[in-house]
Amino acid sequence: MGRRFRLLYGGLVVLLATAAALAAATLVLSAIGAKPFATFVVILTGPLHDLFGVTEILVRAVPLILVALGIAISFRSGILNIGAEGQIMIGILSGTAVALAGPGLPRLFLLPLCLLAGALGGALWGGIAGVLRARLDVNEILSTVMLNYIAAQLYTFLLRGPMIDPNELMTGSGTPQSTRLPHNAWLDRIIPGTRLHSGIYLALGLAFLVWFLLWRTTLGFRLRAAGAGSKAARYAGIHVERSLVLAMLMAGGFAGLAGAVEVAGVHHRAIEAISGGYGFAGIVVALFGGLHPAGIVPAAVFFGLLLVGADMTQRSAGVPANMILVLQGVVILAIVSAKMYLRNPYAQDRAFRLLRRMGLVRDARAGEAGELSAGAEP
Amino acid sequence: MLYDILSLGVPFSVALLLAALGEMFNQRAGVFNLGCDGIMSLGAFLGFLPPYLLRTSTLFPYANLAGFALAALAGVFLGLVFAVVTVTFRAPQGIAGIGLQMLGWGLAGTIFRHFIGGVTGVEGVAAWPIPVLSRIPYLGGILFDHNPVVYLAMLAVPASWFLLYRTPWGLRVRAVGTHPRAADTMGTSVTRVRYQALMLGGAMAGLGGAYLSLCQAKMFADDLVAGRGFIAVALVYFGRWSPFGILGGALLFSLAQALQLSIQVGGIKFPYEFAVMLPYVMVILVLALARRSRMLGPAALGRPYDREMRV
Amino acid sequence: MGAPEPIRELKLEGITKRFPGILACDRISLEVRRGETLALVGENGAGKSTLMNVVAGLYQPDGGRILLNGRPVHFPTPGDAFGLGIGMVHQNFMLVPNMTVTENVALGLKPLHRGLLLDLKEVRRRVAEVSAHHELPVNPDAYVWQLSVGEQQRVELVKTLCLGARLLILDEPTSALTPQETDDLLLRLGKMTAELSIIFISHKLNEVKALSDRVTILRRGAVVYSGNTKDHTTAELAALMTGREVTLPVNPGSGATGPAVLTLAGLRVKGDRGHFALDGLDLELHQGEILGLAGVSGNGQRELADALAGLRPVESGTIRFDGEDISQADPRHIIDRGMGYIPEDRHYEGIVPSFAVKENLVLKDFATPRFSLGALLKLGEVDGNATRLRDRFDIRCSSTAAAAGSLSGGNIQKVILARELARAPKALVAVYPTRGLDMGAEEFIHGQLLALREKKAGILLISEELEEVMNLSDRIAVIYKGRILEVLPSRAATRERLGLLMAGVTHG
Repeated sequence: MGRRFRLLYGGLVVLLATAAALAAATLVLSAIGAKPFATFVVILTGPLHDLFGVTEILVRAVPLILVALGIAISFRSGILNIGAEGQIMIGILSGTAVALAGPGLPRLFLLPLCLLAGALGGALWGGIAGVLRARLDVNEILSTVMLNYIAAQLYTFLLRGPMIDPNELMTGSGTPQSTRLPHNAWLDRIIPGTRLHSGIYLALGLAFLVWFLLWRTTLGFRLRAAGAGSKAARYAGIHVERSLVLAMLMAGGFAGLAGAVEVAGVHHRAIEAISGGYGFAGIVVALFGGLHPAGIVPAAVFFGLLLVGADMTQRSAGVPANMILVLQGVVILAIVSAKMYLRNPYAQDRAFRLLRRMGLVRDARAGEAGELSAGAEP
Repeated sequence: MLYDILSLGVPFSVALLLAALGEMFNQRAGVFNLGCDGIMSLGAFLGFLPPYLLRTSTLFPYANLAGFALAALAGVFLGLVFAVVTVTFRAPQGIAGIGLQMLGWGLAGTIFRHFIGGVTGVEGVAAWPIPVLSRIPYLGGILFDHNPVVYLAMLAVPASWFLLYRTPWGLRVRAVGTHPRAADTMGTSVTRVRYQALMLGGAMAGLGGAYLSLCQAKMFADDLVAGRGFIAVALVYFGRWSPFGILGGALLFSLAQALQLSIQVGGIKFPYEFAVMLPYVMVILVLALARRSRMLGPAALGRPYDREMRV
Repeated sequence: MGAPEPIRELKLEGITKRFPGILACDRISLEVRRGETLALVGENGAGKSTLMNVVAGLYQPDGGRILLNGRPVHFPTPGDAFGLGIGMVHQNFMLVPNMTVTENVALGLKPLHRGLLLDLKEVRRRVAEVSAHHELPVNPDAYVWQLSVGEQQRVELVKTLCLGARLLILDEPTSALTPQETDDLLLRLGKMTAELSIIFISHKLNEVKALSDRVTILRRGAVVYSGNTKDHTTAELAALMTGREVTLPVNPGSGATGPAVLTLAGLRVKGDRGHFALDGLDLELHQGEILGLAGVSGNGQRELADALAGLRPVESGTIRFDGEDISQADPRHIIDRGMGYIPEDRHYEGIVPSFAVKENLVLKDFATPRFSLGALLKLGEVDGNATRLRDRFDIRCSSTAAAAGSLSGGNIQKVILARELARAPKALVAVYPTRGLDMGAEEFIHGQLLALREKKAGILLISEELEEVMNLSDRIAVIYKGRILEVLPSRAATRERLGLLMAGVTHG
């Protein structure tokens, strides 16, 4: 039982989760009077009809990849970051503020500064929860969720007040949004006529870096050990508390970066409802991708497809975009159930025997069944 | 102004109180359900639905009751789903809770958006001042001049205490949450007790949600619950898993909320958003300061039970 | 509650139980008759506990059947076994700590409650009655966490009897008792056989001889012998148990010891509940010696081990390791200075179960220049190291990339041992190193510890097995209520003397 089995088994989890999500979606759609099959077709194929649709998928995928990478780091380190929503918002605020503060700076400085500020803002917000957990043993799910609500209020306050675009005040329309970012803080559009921006290179590059960090460096080893076996890690001299804080700083940083990237690449100003649920969707993408960069990238693209498709159904079939939340919830429940169920050594044994009979795995060594899959549990 | 704050504080605490008492049963049995907020959302919507749909029909007088019943049922259902995931499949409870929260919140929002769309009000539940007691100066208005659900919620506190400490079922719940293997060897089905606790907890969270839409806000909106379910979970820690402690915590939080409202009404210059932030900041402070109490909690909290696991 | 019908005979036919990768019980057959005491004997890992858990309804057998008074019975839940009169006292007590004795018993006495109301008075009465009848004094209103191990065991017995047990199964009943408490228990059990049948699991052959009428010996999950106890000597039983002449290595005890490598003076360390688990502890460990620490568990051993590893703060007092005061040092520093540690819970404290064997072998050294270049891991070195250690310590695993948690207990301990010994420690703290392991593994580990002793390291051996401590140690210290009561050269230590010390009785 080796890597091959683990990959197939991971695939089985994803398959079961997808099946559950489809079933739930069918139920809900029927309940609200929409035609399930037709809706699925729109969601899955609608965006692929033209170039714009395809690029929109990638536009959605960029923040998802970034958030999910951060969450993967945190989950593998043993701390559950549910605060990406809030961290994105703080990242937007800090990134926007820095960009607006230096309009005269050349691109080479302003853009990276803006993105860095976004990452730092998010990191700070995530770090609060990390320190609370490390020093005071505060449950990080509760604290990050609370921080989400706090960040939302802070965001609204700043956008309606100190950071509002002076134009809005003059014209009296009062839309809570910031001034437009100077062009030097914009991420380039790659394909004219679409919204696809160079942030995608950043996301893909970071995906590789995260893989390298977690599996090829001493820091990554430390983080994974702290998450997979905190007791043993402590006995081995690893500073578990420090790892937890570091993991939250990184997770928050990635989410904050995602926010700054959205502002710099897509909207070019801070507006309301910009985070668009990426914070929660990112959790699902991370789980769906097996907490591994190689799984997260395709999972993010797939989710981008779902998001764009859901938007389209809202317009065409009148199915509310909230549906996606229901799907996300079902997928999470299904994934964690399937994972635990399949992790059960008896079920693993049976699954292994089934796959062997189907000829998909070779028998490595009889009697060594019951091998645990190497992965941190969220 | 103090009177205003206090008399608002009591009814404001009901939703939190009901949900937190339900969560207490969950946690005493060893399972923490972070999906409480999602259950409250769905309960809020389903509680609001019958009065809204029946507003012109002859069944209207029963609409509120139907709303509460429907909300409780939805809570039982979501509690059941959570039980399947965390007890039968033994999934990690933290993430599963977040999944449930998204599910409940999403369902409520989707169905609401689709069928109703805009923000509409309902008549809600009227106040029932208690005949003699409500005329007591000062205290009367604070304690005895509210809608009947408030009185029921207050009664739920000693009732929960009795259920937990004086009945065989309560004994089993406490055992299952502290040393499930011991309970198992003595003939108590850990699975069954946890399912029951989760369903009860879900029902109470649903009722808490329905209270919000029917009695407090008298309408439904997407963000009506606004994280109260999570606050309820934190309250269980704060109240040391005891009904009376939870009552204290719920009152504390609702007083903070009443304070926030009074500040705005009183015209004191304080940014609206910061006032809204207050309860959430309080939760973090409370969690940070209550760290010692974790040791007093149910010892098996959060750990799935597997009989065949080799000890 | 109707009394279950008296158990005339319990018969197991061909019981088989599998766990992933292990055949724990292999077609086991045995029988117990009314009034008999059967001893179920075997090394650790032989399948005794598993078998009894099947009888008690905790595990479901994969094959075979159970016959009660000639009728086949089936126990889907433990409650069903109890209902038919089979009660088990487990090695880890099945008592809810923050409930009273009465409440614990009430948990099992369901029909006794009047509908919705919990009737504790009746339960109390029953407890008092049973307690008096069998001479097992318990306080019905005490909270379980307040009771000592011996008292808790009495509660377990009373509880099982209150719930109507006719057949009592005891799993290693004396493992946590002092020798004196053990004798007391055996006496009481002897009296009980007038009314009950008893099956008790043990690997201590002197107890088997003292208490049982018949004995069944298991080896590797199968029955190798079944017969009358009085027909055999202890030595014969031991041979049957292990299947060969296993003589555990014994410390030659040259007597010459080197300078002190570890000195503890006036150590005060707090336990989890805020009390002082170590209350002025003084101890000295020398180079080239094995110092055994004997004592009933719960007298501060765990806190001592944690403090030495740097995982528990030292309130006052000093720990000098190799000349340096490490009482305020962090674990990393202590590890770097050359302290080795074999923790109590090998599965969660010794290894990261989901990490590969090779990763676990470098768990303490992954950041050293040998295995890392700056921040990058030298994966080739890690692999090479793992292969070498696997061969040297004979670690049985499908590959060094296998998850460490999937190995057997003995092999996990070998991984931990390999990691620690490969670092050539100056001092090694070994906490219950052979708990739950079979004799083969025990022999190996003892051999390794003695070899380390030859290399002039100092070894602190914390163990509850008196025999292990007496066999391996140069000197033996007894810990009681957070202090060292006495340190004896092992030649002067007898079972009786140690037993008294462990119970807090000093001479004079």
